[in-house]
Amino acid sequence: MKRGSLFLNGSALFGFVFLYAPIISLIIYSFNESKLVTVWGGWSIKWYAALFQNEQIINATLLSFKIAAISATLAVVLGTMAGFVLSRMGRFRGKTILSGWVTAPLIMPDVITGLSLLLLFVALESMFGWPAGRGTGTIIIAHTTFCLAYVAVVVQSRLASLDETLEEAAMDLGAKPSSLFFLITLPLIAPAIVSGWLLSFTLSLDDLVIASFVSGPGNSTLPMVIFSKVRLGVSPEVNALATLMILVVAIAVIAAIFIMHRQNRYKISQ
Amino acid sequence: MNNITPYVGKGAMAVRLVHRIKAMNWGRMAVILTPTLWLAVFFFIPFLVVFKISLAESAIAVPPYSPLFEWNPEEAYATLKITFGNYLFLFESRFYLDAYLSSIRIAAISTFITLVIAFPIAYLIAKSSRTRRTLLLSLVILPFWTSFLLRVYAWMGLLKKNGVVNEFLMGLGITDHPLIMLQTDFAVYVGIVYTYLPFMILPLYTTLEKMDLALLEAAKDLGAKPYQAFFLVTLPLAIPGIVAGCLLVFIPAVGEFVIPALLGGSDTLMIGRVLWDEFFLNRDWPMASAVATVMLIVLVGPIMFIRSRNKQEDAP
Repeated sequence: MKRGSLFLNGSALFGFVFLYAPIISLIIYSFNESKLVTVWGGWSIKWYAALFQNEQIINATLLSFKIAAISATLAVVLGTMAGFVLSRMGRFRGKTILSGWVTAPLIMPDVITGLSLLLLFVALESMFGWPAGRGTGTIIIAHTTFCLAYVAVVVQSRLASLDETLEEAAMDLGAKPSSLFFLITLPLIAPAIVSGWLLSFTLSLDDLVIASFVSGPGNSTLPMVIFSKVRLGVSPEVNALATLMILVVAIAVIAAIFIMHRQNRYKISQ
Repeated sequence: MNNITPYVGKGAMAVRLVHRIKAMNWGRMAVILTPTLWLAVFFFIPFLVVFKISLAESAIAVPPYSPLFEWNPEEAYATLKITFGNYLFLFESRFYLDAYLSSIRIAAISTFITLVIAFPIAYLIAKSSRTRRTLLLSLVILPFWTSFLLRVYAWMGLLKKNGVVNEFLMGLGITDHPLIMLQTDFAVYVGIVYTYLPFMILPLYTTLEKMDLALLEAAKDLGAKPYQAFFLVTLPLAIPGIVAGCLLVFIPAVGEFVIPALLGGSDTLMIGRVLWDEFFLNRDWPMASAVATVMLIVLVGPIMFIRSRNKQEDAP
């Protein structure tokens, strides 16, 4: 028994080291003085300074943040609708199809999604003249589509875990469907919506493949710039950028876990 | 019925009711239709377009493929011009076939390694106390939130010739010369296992958490050795989680582009990379579409399988 748990703890420890070693080494090497990324030349923050003077990276970051914020917001609206429809509207024609369309983007390889959306945009443009050219707009549509699926799944699982009696009570008391949704359901699923938005935002910020297919000239997002920089080798500036992004995400996620934990405690103490 | 006044009253009420139902159904329709139409236009129809263009010929034009219908103005008829040439080429040339097979092989091997690494972690989390469980689960999910591209990139720094892993191995005296790891299939396995590990751990954890630990005690009381209890009790009970986790890793891994592009060598053949090159380097859109269509056909089985499993779980 003892040997068994030693083995278990050992392999789990190996797993966690495996998960975190790359991230930690990235952070350490971002403070490396030497330009030869792997040779340690003492501590320095000069790559951070270089980062803030790199106009290409700054512009790409701003563009990516804009796309991520808009796509996440659109995805939250559409994804909440889809999640709500699938778990609260009973049976309707086409439900199976909708639920298939909601799950499939989650596992569809990016190259297929990217290529198919690009070909759609080209076909639409030649038939209807819309979208005229490709760029920020087409990236937003593409990101909204795959983020929508994530939001729908998160909202759906939250709704499934909720007791329907509150909503039934509101209906019995004469609430209209719209006020029922905005006054009762929406506040109850708010945590799912917030985490759906955050998840969409990070997914959009991270997407290289789909954006490469559907973007136009002069619309390089941050992952596209990073990819072209690191394709040929490790770059100290990208290490600095990665450290900043990891820091922001880690703070956001830890804050989210903390808030959810407090909320759960509150719920239990009630 | 014999009194006219209530009849009118009832009629008015019925009309109002009909109106209300109509109004309600309108809202209901709108809520159902908005996401459905969005997904129809931007998720489903694109596949039909891909299929359509896979039947066209590559052409030096904007867009670079031949039209499927040619309208003949003099005799007022349209000719349908489709070609299966792309598909024929796909199956005749060793290159594409090898690319599909090698993607499937790489994805399958990585999925198995992921399973072996994920199982003890999921088991440990499922057996932990409540507070430790939250902490460990957060530790598993946290890397998933940080950029996938940057996590793959981090391995470039670790695996290169004078990188951290080689320094470590040489420091321990395991090897006296740096190993070539970056730009090999090995690096691709590491990359896939690393990025998809949380996708395996979470479904495994969900199944293992539901497992009744008394069953293991019963097995022990009946004289089963720990490894027997594992293979005869734990593993069979974990099968739903194993299947879900393996599919969640295998399907996206088959079409992976970023990992082979950054970590693989020039001889690491994966179909996602072939599609990318076909599109961006050769600008052969019809061929890229044919590659995508066949990939979709290969993956549709596993995808449908996940769907049917989800439905079973949804049902009470």
